[in-house]
Amino acid sequence: MNKEILISVDHVSRYYGNDCAVNDISFSVHRGEVLGFLGPNGAGKSSTMQMICGVLSASTGQITVAGHDMIESPKAAKMHIGFLPERPPLYQDLTVDEYLCYAGRLRGIGKIELKEAIAYSKQRCGLTDTGKRLIKNISKGFQQRVGIAQAIIHSPAVVILDEPTSGLDPNQILEIRELISELGNDHSVILSTHILPEVQSVCDRVLIINQGKLVLDESLDNLQQDDQITPIKIAFRQPPPLDILAEIEGVMDIEQIGNHHFKIYCESEINTINRITNLAAASEWQLYEMIPEQDSLEETFIQLTRGESQPLPDEAGEGSV
Amino acid sequence: MNTIFHIATHELRRLFKSPLVWIIFAVVQFLLAIFFLLILSQFVDPAAASLFANYGVTEIVVVGLLQIAGIILLLITPFVTMHTFSEERQTGTIKLLLSSPVSMTELVLGKYIGVICYLFLLLVLISLMPLSLFMGTQLDLLQLLSAFLGLVLLASSFAAIGLFVSSLTSHSAVAAISTFGILFVLWIMNMAGSTGSEHFREILSYLSLLNHYHNLLDGVFNSADVAYYLLVSAVFIILSIWRLNDERLH
Repeated sequence: MNKEILISVDHVSRYYGNDCAVNDISFSVHRGEVLGFLGPNGAGKSSTMQMICGVLSASTGQITVAGHDMIESPKAAKMHIGFLPERPPLYQDLTVDEYLCYAGRLRGIGKIELKEAIAYSKQRCGLTDTGKRLIKNISKGFQQRVGIAQAIIHSPAVVILDEPTSGLDPNQILEIRELISELGNDHSVILSTHILPEVQSVCDRVLIINQGKLVLDESLDNLQQDDQITPIKIAFRQPPPLDILAEIEGVMDIEQIGNHHFKIYCESEINTINRITNLAAASEWQLYEMIPEQDSLEETFIQLTRGESQPLPDEAGEGSV
Repeated sequence: MNTIFHIATHELRRLFKSPLVWIIFAVVQFLLAIFFLLILSQFVDPAAASLFANYGVTEIVVVGLLQIAGIILLLITPFVTMHTFSEERQTGTIKLLLSSPVSMTELVLGKYIGVICYLFLLLVLISLMPLSLFMGTQLDLLQLLSAFLGLVLLASSFAAIGLFVSSLTSHSAVAAISTFGILFVLWIMNMAGSTGSEHFREILSYLSLLNHYHNLLDGVFNSADVAYYLLVSAVFIILSIWRLNDERLH
């Protein structure tokens, strides 16, 4: 955590007229970090990302990129940033090569280095054979890759990707995700998404933003450690009374969530599970389902973003988002 | 400086990728060819010789043609400039420009130069027609130069106005129609002053894009006319830069 700070966002707010889209957000991004930016639709994710990239100006507060202030020296700051907006900014009537050439030139890459830069970013994004094709004729997954290729063409310190996998099919999502993990090796990455497993598979740190406010800033490791008492969903065809289950050693808490379903919170998972399965077999409860709920991030997300405005339903409210 | 050049060449390349600008080339040439033929045949008609007794071929044929060229330019410039910012905004490509290390001034100037280059190509094609008269007769070279300069300045001011209007909206069609409306009003402004007081009339006809063009067509090279067009272009370029800067704030 004592690595160089590349982006610092300091008490930034953004108003659209009287509406406050982003409310007093502060965080920083270190070199080599992959940051997951989570939040429900309309929470202010895109606005924040666009402010970091200089597409929008912050109403109040300060953003610095690699030590350069976005307002005072925007050119120097933007040199270190590669941005892929939600809709890839592609010129449909250009070929992939022409487009990347223009994107490189805009970022101030010289004539001699340009060819190499285009070849390298195409190779990284798997576009080597598509250079001569018109952008409008390639599939959406490839268009997304072209969007990422333009964001990394000038080897920026930070790559900012706004929902890079939206609208892609599952195979394409996997490919883009692999690409993002790879990018994390040499760039800092800020990734916004509302797909939670995406964050778990590629990110080091999670920010959750809700109604314009930052509600969580935690490393993924910490988040998962926090939740050592993992709930297990368990189902019997012949369910025993609740208190018998509660008396099993290692069970800390239990709640019935349906006629046959229980949610068990236990301490040392494997031992307790063994005890429950043995007991179930001996007493003929007919155990037929046992699912550990690993998705601590999802729980955190729901808790933080539903907040007080929409309290969790008492029963059967799990996993509905 | 380099960035302006790259944005300008990109703009020009994108213009030529769309069929619209080729059609514009063709239609403008076709229309002007008809007018050229009409004016020329009228001029050489012995029956009308007394009408043109005191005028030369430059004053009748060349000036007549370039006057019509000005009107046609007014009709087609909105279609060339409508894409500049509206389309970028509609397709989201403007975010590529805004997140790149490019200042608004470079962006606007780059786009402006791109559009101007296209219009100048169009003017070169237009000017070939009157120049072809050199094959059969003598032309007043200085008046010709002054008239061409007028057309170039006119095109530059039209482009600046179109660019500004395009920076206001994300709909190309809205940009085109609005540009056309504004250009037309600026063109006929001197007519509107016919009922007002002397001063009012003078101001309106001074502001009109048409009057200054007529002076240059007649071979009257007045630096005030040149300054007028340069000023109009500069004002609308600066307004476009302001507008784009302002957009990021609100």
